[in-house]
Amino acid sequence: MIDTGFVLSWIDYLVMIVYFAFVLGIGWALKRFMKDANAFLEAGRSMPAWVAGLAFISTNLGALEVMGMTGSGAKYGMLTTHFYWIGAIPAMVFLALFMMPFYYGSKARSVPEYLKLRYDEKTRGLNAILFAVMTILASGISMYALAILMEKVLGWNFHLSLLLSAAIVLAYTYLGGLSSAIYNEVLQFFIIVIGLLPIVLLSLKDLGGWHGMQEQLAPIVSGKGFAPDTWTTTWKYTGEAKANPMGVEWYGIFAGLGFVLSFGYWCTNFLIVQRAMSAESTTAARNTPLIGALPKMFIPFLIIVPGIAALVLMNTPGKGFSLPVNEAGQPIWDYTIIMLLKQYLPAGVLGLGITALLASFMSGMAGNVSAFNTVWTYDIYQSYIRPVTADKASDDRHYLKVGRMATIFGVVVSIGAAYLASMFGNIMDFLQTIFSMINAPLFAVIFLGMFWKRTTGHAAFIGLLAGFLVALMHHGITFPEGADTLVKGGWICKCHAYPVEMAQNFWTAIYACATSALVTVGLSFATRQKKSDDDLRGLVYSLTPKLAESHEPWYRRSTTLAIVVLLIATVLTVLFW
Amino acid sequence: MGIDIKLPIGLMFSILGFILTLFGIFTGSDASMYSRSLGINVNLWSGAGMLVFGLIMLALAIRSRKSKTT
Repeated sequence: MIDTGFVLSWIDYLVMIVYFAFVLGIGWALKRFMKDANAFLEAGRSMPAWVAGLAFISTNLGALEVMGMTGSGAKYGMLTTHFYWIGAIPAMVFLALFMMPFYYGSKARSVPEYLKLRYDEKTRGLNAILFAVMTILASGISMYALAILMEKVLGWNFHLSLLLSAAIVLAYTYLGGLSSAIYNEVLQFFIIVIGLLPIVLLSLKDLGGWHGMQEQLAPIVSGKGFAPDTWTTTWKYTGEAKANPMGVEWYGIFAGLGFVLSFGYWCTNFLIVQRAMSAESTTAARNTPLIGALPKMFIPFLIIVPGIAALVLMNTPGKGFSLPVNEAGQPIWDYTIIMLLKQYLPAGVLGLGITALLASFMSGMAGNVSAFNTVWTYDIYQSYIRPVTADKASDDRHYLKVGRMATIFGVVVSIGAAYLASMFGNIMDFLQTIFSMINAPLFAVIFLGMFWKRTTGHAAFIGLLAGFLVALMHHGITFPEGADTLVKGGWICKCHAYPVEMAQNFWTAIYACATSALVTVGLSFATRQKKSDDDLRGLVYSLTPKLAESHEPWYRRSTTLAIVVLLIATVLTVLFW
Repeated sequence: MGIDIKLPIGLMFSILGFILTLFGIFTGSDASMYSRSLGINVNLWSGAGMLVFGLIMLALAIRSRKSKTT
């Protein structure tokens, strides 16, 4: 056990209990509205844009993300904001303006189903099955991470923590389906902001504000062999890979993170897109990612800035701040946020901070489970096991039941995956690697499908496979320096070394996406388009009537909102250049 | 879908805010407890902030309910 010396008092538990009472209460209150599969799996397409938008961003703000990114703040400084600005905003705006009209307007109920409508059954099948498996594994891993956290930090029993959190997630997703997951994500969004805000303010105050922190940071950063202001700038030292701690040049960040990885993640990951698909109208669906983008841009100040403060604290003996270390004597960066909570928060708000972390773990699981049961019910069960019949009323009841069963099944398999993760420590790295190999080619295929009507089903299918294979090969022949396991790469030969793992991930995604695009384009010319223009209406840009926004006042149009988002992102980038 | 999310958000933050504000008031004289938060009574401040946020949400929820019925 890592001795983090946490002692929670009755008030902390009280905060926790109140929160989880509301979580379960929302599920209970939503139960009576779950009359058919549409209500359960798609939230009846009734969410206002702001609710869907906050859920959209909350799904991405899982606990592993918060813990990892605070750690990255300490390790890389403000460079980490590349994941929030260049690595998110352009993709979110693109999804909103150019892709949502097709996802939403096509009446597809999931991303795999869009592939079915646009291409063919085999492309959908491949995507649906991969997605279902990966989602359940991801849910299991976040369950495992949660139980580990509760065991190490709070001293609770691992198995009990695992089963208790699974039971809570199961209860509210079983009762209220996607609506319940979305409502709880909104609740989680607010609790995480309110719960973490005190450590941002207190750590900055402790170090004499932003400028005080910069001054104290300079000697520490110089000691690591970087320019003194490396940790508080974003693009300034990306001219060459060696000048910044991430070990990536500006074009690697721009192409890898800003284009391939982020578009692959934000524009094709059903877990994310599902939130926007639950919106009440096409306009609301387009506004969902844009409304999500507004808080997204400011999240770095909530989780990266305290990470930077933690680096200063670690190197200032009088502060009595340290991170737990692993067997190799290296600090466990993921515990940065936990140690900051302990450093600054007295009983009461401490409970709030811990609750915020627990909440984001659980809503991460619930998000995965609710995406899984949709894909399972519509794309696997309804397509291959029991197709729709003429009797709509009995179908509705039947698929609702299947959706509910899938929820139970999903949670049970997740528990299995959690135990798998506890046996193989590397499973998380493994999963993230595979995910990036699947997403990058998927983006190429969906993008071509939406904007080029000539793209054919055979080409898309082969394109997906080719992209995945190239990603696999690239991973097999390259490795990050200092890698100790084959999970990190180099299992065919150690032909090329990247300075850090992130650089390797970027380039894996770039090659995968480029291959997939080239193969898909090439084969589209070589194969016959089986779909007529009529089939593709509403699915392809050139065949779909432009969305008329002119009846809305200018300040309510998606384009206006998009311009505002891009402007703020530009200002932030310039301020922290 | 069915219920207005502003209602549970408003209720929860009002309750949590109320609890923490009270706790902050009762523990305010305990200097050793708040030494780690640099002498600031974070329970009081956080609690008050949450209470205000919760009440605003509740007010909005009540307003939109009224505008729906009339």
